Amino acid sequence: MATTTESQNSVALLFDMFKMRATAVSAEVERVSSKALALEFIVRTLNKEDVEDKAGSHALWAASGFLDAAERAQLQSAVPGLRFEVTRELAAEAKVGISQMDWALANTGTLVQTADAVDQRLVSTLPPLHIAIVSTQSLLPDLPAVLARIDPRKSAYLAFITGPSRTADIERVLTIGVHGPGRLMIVMVDDLEGAR
Amino acid sequence: MNKEFKQSILDALANPNLGGALGRFSEAYRVSRAKAYEGVDFEAVRHAIAAVKSDAAGRLDELAEQFKSAAESRGAKVFRTTSPQAVRDYILDLARKHGVKSVVKSKSMASEEIHLNKHLQEAGIDVQETDLGEWIIQLAGQTPSHMVMPAIHMTKEEVAEVFSDKVEEGQQANIPKLVKFARGKLRPKFLNAEMGISGANIAVAETGSLVIVTNEGNARLVTTLPKIHVAIVGLEKLIERFADITPILTALPRSATSQLLTSYVSIISGPVPNTDGTPKELHIILMDNRRNEMSHDPRFKQALQCIRCASCLNVCPVFRLVGGHVFGKVYTGGIGTILTAWFNALKESDEIQSLCIQCGNCKDVCPGMIDIPDLILELRRRLAVEQGQPMVQKAIFSVVNNRRMFHTMLRAASLGQKPFVKQGFIRHLPLFLSSMTEFRSLPEIAAEPFRDRFKKIRQPKCAEKAAFFGGCLVDFAYPEMGEKLVEVLNKAGIEVTFPEGQTCCGAPARYSGAYEVASQNGADNIRALLEEDVKYVVSACPTCTVALKQDFIASLEAVGRTDELPAARKLAEKVVDFSTLVGQMIDEGRLRFKDDIPPVKFTYHDSCHYKRTLHAEQTPRRLMKQAGHELVEMQECDMCCGMGGSYTLKLPELSAPILERKLVNIEQAGAPLLLIDCPGCVMQIRGGLDKKGSKIKVEHTVERLAECLE
Repeated sequence: MATTTESQNSVALLFDMFKMRATAVSAEVERVSSKALALEFIVRTLNKEDVEDKAGSHALWAASGFLDAAERAQLQSAVPGLRFEVTRELAAEAKVGISQMDWALANTGTLVQTADAVDQRLVSTLPPLHIAIVSTQSLLPDLPAVLARIDPRKSAYLAFITGPSRTADIERVLTIGVHGPGRLMIVMVDDLEGAR
Repeated sequence: MNKEFKQSILDALANPNLGGALGRFSEAYRVSRAKAYEGVDFEAVRHAIAAVKSDAAGRLDELAEQFKSAAESRGAKVFRTTSPQAVRDYILDLARKHGVKSVVKSKSMASEEIHLNKHLQEAGIDVQETDLGEWIIQLAGQTPSHMVMPAIHMTKEEVAEVFSDKVEEGQQANIPKLVKFARGKLRPKFLNAEMGISGANIAVAETGSLVIVTNEGNARLVTTLPKIHVAIVGLEKLIERFADITPILTALPRSATSQLLTSYVSIISGPVPNTDGTPKELHIILMDNRRNEMSHDPRFKQALQCIRCASCLNVCPVFRLVGGHVFGKVYTGGIGTILTAWFNALKESDEIQSLCIQCGNCKDVCPGMIDIPDLILELRRRLAVEQGQPMVQKAIFSVVNNRRMFHTMLRAASLGQKPFVKQGFIRHLPLFLSSMTEFRSLPEIAAEPFRDRFKKIRQPKCAEKAAFFGGCLVDFAYPEMGEKLVEVLNKAGIEVTFPEGQTCCGAPARYSGAYEVASQNGADNIRALLEEDVKYVVSACPTCTVALKQDFIASLEAVGRTDELPAARKLAEKVVDFSTLVGQMIDEGRLRFKDDIPPVKFTYHDSCHYKRTLHAEQTPRRLMKQAGHELVEMQECDMCCGMGGSYTLKLPELSAPILERKLVNIEQAGAPLLLIDCPGCVMQIRGGLDKKGSKIKVEHTVERLAECLE
């Protein structure tokens, strides 16, 4: 019987905490073991969400180095409405935005991204559904842990995302999805680099 | 008090949206805030924030320069100015230079402070607020009533009406639909605007970073889609080090909206590329508007520790009744009163400062550790110095200070009301005095004040002595409380003296800003109470206890009577409140409880000064449990009863509904006995329950303890 190492244990603890916190603020969390399974899950989701190759039904992926040409082509053949060329216009009408995040904070269920590239922000702000991919290895306990790893002098736009867009401005009633995405789907991948 | 102001209070009280919605919110807030802070050491976090912000407030100029050079080295343009006009002109010039026709804004209190929208609109620029609450009040032509939830005073029906009137007819009062409507209408505004204006929650000097905290995602759009981003930042947002954003980001969402973290936090440190590949124009305006001056004021410097969470509004017993608009047009509530006095003018705080009942709730929850009630008192003092005290008030103090005359007058008034006295209560008073008995009965003035009854008490000779400071209520209304106190202390082997030279504790003068009078009260009492060498100086009134222990020193210091401070400190060391002294005697085995006390269920009301200044509230609970009584805590046991000393006379319109909530909570606790450690609260609550015909017995802890001790 394989012995569980301490680090695996601590990852499990961090993931449990992350999932609890993120779902508590209405994010959806899916954990998969490999990049291939992550792509499969995303394809399934896009089809379920009726992503199509027509205005208002696209999915837009700010893939920036995450996918190679072959992978892109393969995904596009599975989901014809999927686009990789991020523009303001396409982002404004897209149904789904997809991006990769740099860290996940367990104790608040937060995703953190260096988002200097505007594509990263367009796909995570404008479409009603944002699918965020993040590596299980990037789980950190809390805010101080990530602040110690980021240097604002090196990244001009750091984005922290905790659940979907929300407001309680009318009668203090919590309502999801004002200006940003109404749904945040987090795909946490154990072996994100393995397939490369 | 100005008639218009009084009318604005009455209008707010008559508005059912305010009382209902804000009341429910403030009850829910207490619970959700506590939950959000689970596992977090709030005291440690707020000490950290206070240290960081206080350090920054001590060198605003230096940090502003550091911020400017850091941000500019990364490509931002930083404009520093003291004047609101210069901020408005800068933005307008920039807009003209770039041919800006439409602007989208995310929430910025600094822009509210300088009435930016009006200025830009007058120049023909379309300005769109995008925070939902801000958009609603912009459409309605109103001002924010709350720093975090600007439209909290409106119902969904009103919002639907505003949307129907101003945007598109036929909107229903359905919150998700209204929110969806806002999303749909504002989306093209974001996409078409040439300029985005935001505020910032934190500005980090060493890195030139802006930290922006939002939930709706509008700030992300405002800072991403338009090619120009202008951030208006009050100087108090500056901190030195990047790592120090942690305590602020820990407290701000928890205190503001009971969240562990808001949906979005954006940290912007320099321009980023636009969607067309051009670099964004990033302009950061560091606005002073008297913040620097404030930082040089030894008392008000701490107000710069504010992180604008608005928790002081959420826990305020007055705010939850009247909402924000009674306070003013920009910043509301306790901190708003202070900011208005500075950013506008001291005299503009003249009326609103009187809304503060000095309960201290806000001080307990403030993540910036600002002593808001104390700063409001300081405003009162400065206003009294600037404007002088009204004649009536002066006349009152001259009577209050002469104890014998005071009692004689009260007694005469009471005899005059003889027909109204029934079973020890005055239930109605005629004409102009009627507001005093409208919502609670008043105690009958004692035929013989405690000072005269004291002389008839036979006491054993004891080795230890305590001087009793009676205070007006025990002396003139509840002398029996004083008699019980002597009885209990005698049982512990303490002989009680009642120095005849004692006078008013000075609280009424101090809480009216009349520090000269208060310090003279202090000096007279110090002399009287230190005349004989006693071990303790004991009081059964928390307000008097606080006066003896802390306020004499503060008042003497404030008026520069420093020679008298050593004596004031000597007195302070001897002062102890009654229940705390009994607790000590029980622990030392000098007092013990009777064995045959019939167990009684009781509930306990925390008096404001007793809990939040003296921190003594656990002792009476413990003692009564030791006596075999069963404690049933009421809802909001530490919420003010609405007495607030002379507050109940000045603002009976507010005192009454605050009391009403208290009475409901007392009755719902279902205990036949209510214990309190303050004769002022006893007067208010006993009177309120009597008026309602309630059977619940209200006692000062001293009365119950006298029955329970051997």
